[in-house]
Amino acid sequence: MESYIHIIILCFLLLTSFAIVRMRDLFSIVMLMGVYGLLSASFFVLMDAVDVALTEAAVGIVISPLLLLSTLAATGRYEKKKRQQPFLALIVAVFTGALLIYGTLEMPPFGSADTPANRHVASYYINQSYAETGIPNLVSSVLASYRGYDTLGELFVIFTAGAGVLALLGLKIKSPKKSRSTVLPPSSMSRHHILRIVSKMLIPLILLFGLYVQFHGDFGPGGGFQAGAIFASGMALYAMIFGLQTTMRVFSRAWLEFFAAVGLLLYGGTGVVSILSGKNFLDYSVLSQSPTDAQHLGILLVELGVGITVASVILLVFMFFASHMTKVSE
Amino acid sequence: MNVGESFNYWVVMILMMNGLYILIAHGNLIKKIIGLTIFQTSVFIFYISMAKVTGAIAPIIEQNTEQTNLLYSNPLPHVLILTAIVVGISTTALALALVIRIKRAYGTVEEDEIQDMDAHP
Repeated sequence: MESYIHIIILCFLLLTSFAIVRMRDLFSIVMLMGVYGLLSASFFVLMDAVDVALTEAAVGIVISPLLLLSTLAATGRYEKKKRQQPFLALIVAVFTGALLIYGTLEMPPFGSADTPANRHVASYYINQSYAETGIPNLVSSVLASYRGYDTLGELFVIFTAGAGVLALLGLKIKSPKKSRSTVLPPSSMSRHHILRIVSKMLIPLILLFGLYVQFHGDFGPGGGFQAGAIFASGMALYAMIFGLQTTMRVFSRAWLEFFAAVGLLLYGGTGVVSILSGKNFLDYSVLSQSPTDAQHLGILLVELGVGITVASVILLVFMFFASHMTKVSE
Repeated sequence: MNVGESFNYWVVMILMMNGLYILIAHGNLIKKIIGLTIFQTSVFIFYISMAKVTGAIAPIIEQNTEQTNLLYSNPLPHVLILTAIVVGISTTALALALVIRIKRAYGTVEEDEIQDMDAHP
């Protein structure tokens, strides 16, 4: 029975994507992107990729539609109507798709264990990594220990993309000064009492769950990327309901920029510590006497760095986009 | 030949081509970015499908179990895609920021109008 559920979800994904192709109302398309994210997160759960599903749930359902919506507020809701039908694009897409599907005929059947992708280095991780690192969650140990260089590089990409957004968009709202405790202007959502009360109850739980995902990531599904995305989406919810200025009293722009760099430095610094102790970059064995303790400590530090940077960058990007949205609505 | 054996891959390819079609055929820059996102998600689904092993469980080692020879799905594609999702949203945010700047400079986000303005300034 379980083997049919993922096929049904894939069919829904196809339907959603065709609807996105056909529609011209960008607002509905963004809502459909949320549905698309939910469907792919459910698909990832069925494929045993629980860590990926957590990330996709936070990023694909919350953050991506939020950013798209705030862009729409600045650029307009409707797509212009086409003059002619783009037959050439259709031919290119159908032809390429046919070639790709022809290529999949040579793929090993879905779900088989002895494919090249599953035999090579993956079986080493599955058989050896628990003994070597003492961490049950293989995704965490591969992410932060075996492939630590990759993850550091990806964290740099996230940081740079965040810096690029900051350079392109100016922040339209000044951070309120601490000394001046004047009454802030109410946000547009402030009259929705149900939203206010429900989100007041939910936001602490979301943030707590983010911290749990961060620090329990070695033993269960979780880790820095997921926790950062969950934490940032909780704060984004707070900003939507209670206003951007209220949020910036807690997390000012300067602090977020500082923390985005701190996370990256924490990651890189862990590597530099091992260089200074005479080992290779990101070799955790210098951190403690027992090898598994050292791996635990190293992975904890590195994941913490990832979590801090991801949460700060996503929150910064959201604030910059949202400040442009309020400018338009005024 | 069993349809279930490659159904996932076919869906991936169709999703990918939907993304490609939006990218070529639509002039609205935001719609193009949405097309790119669909293209990107189809690659995620492709990787995760390849990592699945029938009858396996999520790659978290079971500590308190009597069973030996538990099958685990492949953790490596999960790691790659996990980071790719977060990198993807950051680069999408950068693209959207560029769109906002284009809107401010040209007053439109339709590709043909922007090209007209560039041709006849």
